[in-house]
Amino acid sequence: MKYVDEFRDPALAEPLIEELHSAVSKPFRIMEVCGTHTMSIFRSGLRTLLPKGIELISGPGCPVCVTSASHIDTILAMAERKNVRIALFGDLFRVPGSTGLSLAHASSKGAGVDIVYSPMDSLELARKYPEDLIVFLGVGFETTTPGIAATIMAAKNSDVDNFAVFSTHKVMPPPLLALLDDPELQIDGLLCPGHVSSIIGACAYQPLVDQYGLACVVGGFEPADILQALILLARQIDRGEACVENAYIRAVHWQGNIRAQQMVNEIFEPVDMEWRGLGVIPESGLVIRKEYEFFDAEKRLDIKVTPAKEPKGCHCGEILKGKELPSQCPLFGKRCTPGNPIGPCMVSSEGTCAAFYKYAE
Amino acid sequence: MCLAVPMKVIEIHGSPDDFLSGQIAVVDVDGIRKETRLDIVDRWPNIGDYLIIHAGFAIHTLDPKEAETNIRLMREMAEKVETIESSPNRL
Ligand code: SF4
Repeated sequence: MKYVDEFRDPALAEPLIEELHSAVSKPFRIMEVCGTHTMSIFRSGLRTLLPKGIELISGPGCPVCVTSASHIDTILAMAERKNVRIALFGDLFRVPGSTGLSLAHASSKGAGVDIVYSPMDSLELARKYPEDLIVFLGVGFETTTPGIAATIMAAKNSDVDNFAVFSTHKVMPPPLLALLDDPELQIDGLLCPGHVSSIIGACAYQPLVDQYGLACVVGGFEPADILQALILLARQIDRGEACVENAYIRAVHWQGNIRAQQMVNEIFEPVDMEWRGLGVIPESGLVIRKEYEFFDAEKRLDIKVTPAKEPKGCHCGEILKGKELPSQCPLFGKRCTPGNPIGPCMVSSEGTCAAFYKYAE
Repeated sequence: MCLAVPMKVIEIHGSPDDFLSGQIAVVDVDGIRKETRLDIVDRWPNIGDYLIIHAGFAIHTLDPKEAETNIRLMREMAEKVETIESSPNRL
């Protein structure tokens, strides 16, 4: 497919790297918010090609990583129930709860756990296991939520009654505002997440420009996309400007995807949500509206999220806030490895600890 | 995990106003046919358009011309042309 190759063409990246080198006039720090950016930057080897002056730090953009221990514990409690099958995106499978056990353990002991590619697949499971309640784990940001809303809508329209969603959905702007309120975090610009922006629109970052004078550029995920975004960031910082720019026009518009936004608003409403490492952030989460509570797993199973402790010694919280690198965690690469992860940042394929471990920095 | 590469639409099933019909596009991925849901896509696609897909759902449609523009802008930037003052990627 020609189109794919265009974006991965090394001949395209080389001059971009050169241009980036000449655009950087002074050192600066960029937070890349999205876990897919983190992984792509490592996998493509971009980190080693960047000008020395650019420091990249990861933010709270890996959905599995920011899911709190109390939510993981609740998920494990649901998995233990009779006639419940958990459907999930694979990354969550091995994340340990506060006792160190995970869905992988539950599954090996006989709990029904199915890894799916799309939330719609859980409706197939619902047909296959009519005796069970299929609980889809709604873990994700603005890009994932519309698809889950559409799945609930489809379940309603086709009278599927043994399907529910456990919603820990989160929205991106509130934690960024919370992080920027912290005077310890010094960043000059934000590499804004591509597909989250595709839904919420580039306009969502204007408050960060207005209130914090932060340079914001939306970027795609191929190396050429990321380089293009970094060039725009470098130029803004060099000129002492701050504005929202879009380096991912093939997927992102200023207003975002209105159809998807409407679908989400129909099913979900804002709620205060707990984030790993960041605590409870007002209106940073989404729960299922009363009109659709039949599809709300918490209501269907009458289960409550109760506070739980994060794994002892794990520094995921500091890493998600951009304050530490994985190497500053005493467990990194010793007690905590991808084979035996202690915290979610080592489990998720988008986790910062997993990226540093895999690409050995 | 997000895929940033647009995929070409080769078939469309269902219609934009009929939610019960199953709104599905078939896209071509390296010669393999793959189905994607159209429930939440921003613009209903035509055959030959490209889709950006996330977890089985198309989230954004672009026509081949838009796709080309994006590549051209990247090339221009690669050729060190100061495009950003005049280009549409300035928001
Ligand atoms: S290395 Fe392991 S224990 Fe340390 S912060 Fe990362 S996930 Fe947590």
